[in-house]
Amino acid sequence: MALKPVAPALDDLPTVPSLNPGVMGGLKSYVAVKAHQEPLGFPGELVENWEQAAVAKMGELLGKYKSLRVYLDICVKCGACTDKCHYFLGTGDPKNMPVARQDLMRDIYRYYFTPAGKALGGLVGAKPWTRERLDDWYNYFHQCSQCRRCSLFCPYGIDTAEISMAAREIMDSIGLGQKYCNEIIGKVHKIGNNLGLPEPALIDTLEGLEEDVKEDTGHDIKFPLNVVGADVLLVTPSADFFAEPHVDGLIGYAKVFHQMGLSWTMSSYASEAGNFGMFIGNYEQMKKISMRIRQAALDLKVKRIVFGECGHAWRVAYAFLNTLAGPFDFLDPKYPVPQHILELTRGAILSGALKLDPSANADKIVTVHDSCNIARATRMGPEPGSQFFYPRDVLKAACPKFVDMHPDTTHARTFCCGGGGGLLTDELIDLRIKGAKPRVEALKQAVDQHGVTHMAAMCAICKSQFTKVLPYYGYDMGMVQSVHQLVSNAILLGGNS
Amino acid sequence: MAYTANGKTIEADEEGYLVNINEWNEELAGEIAKAEQINMSPEHWEVVNFLREYYNEYQIAPAIRVLTKAITKRLGAEKGSNKYLYELFPYGPAKQACKIAGLPKPTGCV
Repeated sequence: MALKPVAPALDDLPTVPSLNPGVMGGLKSYVAVKAHQEPLGFPGELVENWEQAAVAKMGELLGKYKSLRVYLDICVKCGACTDKCHYFLGTGDPKNMPVARQDLMRDIYRYYFTPAGKALGGLVGAKPWTRERLDDWYNYFHQCSQCRRCSLFCPYGIDTAEISMAAREIMDSIGLGQKYCNEIIGKVHKIGNNLGLPEPALIDTLEGLEEDVKEDTGHDIKFPLNVVGADVLLVTPSADFFAEPHVDGLIGYAKVFHQMGLSWTMSSYASEAGNFGMFIGNYEQMKKISMRIRQAALDLKVKRIVFGECGHAWRVAYAFLNTLAGPFDFLDPKYPVPQHILELTRGAILSGALKLDPSANADKIVTVHDSCNIARATRMGPEPGSQFFYPRDVLKAACPKFVDMHPDTTHARTFCCGGGGGLLTDELIDLRIKGAKPRVEALKQAVDQHGVTHMAAMCAICKSQFTKVLPYYGYDMGMVQSVHQLVSNAILLGGNS
Repeated sequence: MAYTANGKTIEADEEGYLVNINEWNEELAGEIAKAEQINMSPEHWEVVNFLREYYNEYQIAPAIRVLTKAITKRLGAEKGSNKYLYELFPYGPAKQACKIAGLPKPTGCV
C-alpha cells in the first residue's frame, strides 16, 4: 500500500464533473490465473484465437439473450444516462458514462454482427477486435458495479448491467477472467461460502457468538447450524459470520428468531447467500451456487427459506431462485419462497410478536442506504415499494430518529455504494473511493442538515465498502450499521409466551 | 512481487500475500510489515501469533469477534476491540494482519 489513495473533495448535490479522459484507463482489476479459472470450466489463460472465440461467444449470447441484441441496437445517444453513473460522477472519466461503457461492446457488435458495420466499418462506429480494445473491455467492464441506476433514467430502459455481465461472460470464455470473482466462486463450490470458512471454523464462530450474546443479554440465544427438521433455513452472506458490522446484524436475526419462538437453522453446505455467478453473467455458475441452497433445504427438511441482509443475493433469490433451483414445492406454501428477513421482522413488529424499545438507539440519528439490487430489482413483500418501506418501517420501530437522504439518492434512485458487482477488491480502492462520492455527498448533507450519526445498510458489500471508504472522507467506519444491528439493540427479550 | 528475508527471496502474489504459506518466518513477517509501513510491537506480534495458531487449526483467519475475544484474553479488555485492532493494522486487522502472518487473504464481501 505504498500509494495512499485520496478522496476527492465533496461537491453539493448533484454536480456533473468536468471530463477527465482516460483517467481510469490504467486501473486494472487483477486477472484470474489458472487456479481460479479452470475449476469454473474457463480456459486458464487468454486463448490464442481469442478474437474469433470472443465473436463466437458473443454470437451465442446474442442468440440466447434477445435483450442483449435489443440493447445494442436501440441506443439513440440521447445522453440521459451520462451523468447517472456514480463511477462517472466520481472519476470524470468519459468511458465511465454508461453509454460509453455500452459502446465498448456496441462497436464490436456492429463490426461482426450488423450488415452496416460489416460493409462500412468505422463510418458507422463498427470496430474490429484489437488487444487494446480487449484491455478497455477488461478495465471498464470491471468499473461497472451493475447497479442499474443508468437504466432507470434511460428512456429505452437499456440495461448496462446486462451488457457488462455479457462482457464478463465473453471474457471468461476466452480465458480473461477476474481474480476477485472467480476465486470466490471457486471457494463456494469447494467450501460453501465466499470466505472459504470451513465447517469447524463456522461452528467455533457460532459458539463464540452464543457465549457473547449470553454474556450481553443473559438470554440463551442460539445460533443453530445443520439442524435437521428445523422450520426455517437462514441463508446469509458469509461476511455476517466474519466482519463488523455484519455480525451485529446476524446477532439481530438470531434474537428475532429467538423472540418469535421460531425453530431455525443455518447450513454449513449453503453458508453463503451471495451469488457471484450473477456478477460474471454466467448462468451455469449461478445455478450451481443456487443448487446448494436447494440441497441444504432438502437435507435439513426445512419448511421455509429466509435470506439475510445481502443485496445481490436478494436479487438472485427474489428474481431467479425458482428458475435456477426450483421448484420448491417441498416447502410450506404459506410462506414466500424465499422470504427476506426484513419481511419477517417487520411482520413480527406489526403483529406485536416482537417488541422494540427505540430508546436503546436514542444516541443515534439514523439514515438508510438503499442497496441497488434490492431497490431496482426486487420487492421485499407483495406490495410495490415494499423494498423501500419495509426497511424504513423496521428502522423507525427500532430508532427514535430516522431521516432519509436526498430523494435523488434514495429509493429507486439510490446510488451504488461503489463496491458492488464484483468490485469490492483492494486493487480497485481508488475507484471504490471515487465511486462512493455521490452517496457520501448525500450523507454529508444529511449529517450537516439533520445531524445524522449513523447509516444503516442491508447488504454485506455495502457494509464492507462503506466501512472501508467512509474514513477517506473523514467519517468514522462505525457510522455504518446493519439494519438488524439496530433491531438487535432495541429488541425486548423474554416475557413472550 | 517478492520479499527478501535472511538473504532468501520469497515469492508473493501481486498484493503481497505469500504464495507458499510454509515459507513464513518471523524475519519475513518483519519485512512484510515494513512494506506495509507497520512497526511491529509486542501487541502486533500477539495478533499475528494468534492468527497463525487459529489458521493452523481451522485453515482460515478468525472472524473479528473471535480475534477480539482472544486479544482481550491476552492483552486486556481495553485492547480487545475492533477499533484497537484497526489502530494496530490501519488497513484492517483481517487483511493486513493476515498478510504479515503469511496467511491467505480473506475473500468475499469483507
